[in-house]
Amino acid sequence: MEGDISSLAKAVAIGLGAIGPGLGIGLIGARAMEAIGRNPEASGKVFVPMLLGMAFAEAIAIYALVVAFTI
Amino acid sequence: MLPPLSAEPMFFLGAFPVTNALINAWIAVVFFVVVALLLTRRRMIPRGLQNIAEALLETFLSFGDQVTGDRQKTEKLLPIGATIFLFVLFSNWIGLLPGTGSIGIWQLHNGEATLIPLLRPAGSDLNLTLAIAVFAVAVTHIVGIFTVGLVKHASKFLNILGVIHAFKKGPMAVVVSIIQLGVGLIELVGEAAKTLSLSLRLFGNIFAGEVLLTVLAGILAFGLPIPFYFLELLVGIIQASVFAILFMAFSAVAMMDLHA
Repeated sequence: MEGDISSLAKAVAIGLGAIGPGLGIGLIGARAMEAIGRNPEASGKVFVPMLLGMAFAEAIAIYALVVAFTI
Repeated sequence: MLPPLSAEPMFFLGAFPVTNALINAWIAVVFFVVVALLLTRRRMIPRGLQNIAEALLETFLSFGDQVTGDRQKTEKLLPIGATIFLFVLFSNWIGLLPGTGSIGIWQLHNGEATLIPLLRPAGSDLNLTLAIAVFAVAVTHIVGIFTVGLVKHASKFLNILGVIHAFKKGPMAVVVSIIQLGVGLIELVGEAAKTLSLSLRLFGNIFAGEVLLTVLAGILAFGLPIPFYFLELLVGIIQASVFAILFMAFSAVAMMDLHA
């Protein structure tokens, strides 16, 4: 019985922890697309900061993953 | 059957377990050693492989300039950054070849016959990604120490000198410098978080990809996994570039002199 609850806890930890970063990465991607749409020549310049921003947003999901693994 | 979280040992060299992920990493190492040996004979007029290498290098340099913002810094950091990129990219992509995870040896495990795959994507072993991440973060600190000096680099994290200097300036500066000392200590925690997130990002993405492909092949092996193979190709190159870009960005920050 205890094993069942702890696997539920893992699922909740990574599931809830992925919501915020998912929204964040989506927003970053959306704004990057908007920027490229406004100024297609800047697509090369937008790409690297976009990846950096996504990587930092993704880090939060990774912390949730660590918590999910350690439960 | 889903791949287990840790890589399975294939055989032992003394007490050293050679895992299937390690075999995959060695294939990548051998590949790059051979390519490097082939490229040592430089010609003024490039031909064949040298053409590819020079085109890649130019792309890397322009990408690196966008991250570091300075050609000199890029030239210093690119050897390590591009090595990380190429190694991670190659080991991610050979992990997608058919046969990885499906060709193996049957072994008895807890009384059950289980398939131990001969190959496993190198990035799906946390040991490898953690090793690269620790190496990358260590290099950012070494680079920081060599460019701005040991005392200045250390005072980014433990700003005791700043507190001492602030005593000459008055009470308000002392309060500000004590807050900066606290911020520096938080930065110290951030260094550990950097290692953690760098290693787990690569591991999580590659391992999740392997699990996804296994699950989809289990649902319907014909045709269904093909679009996901394209997704994994994309994930492989994006994660490799994210790893290299983050390394270059962290190093570029470490090379900055804050009080210059």
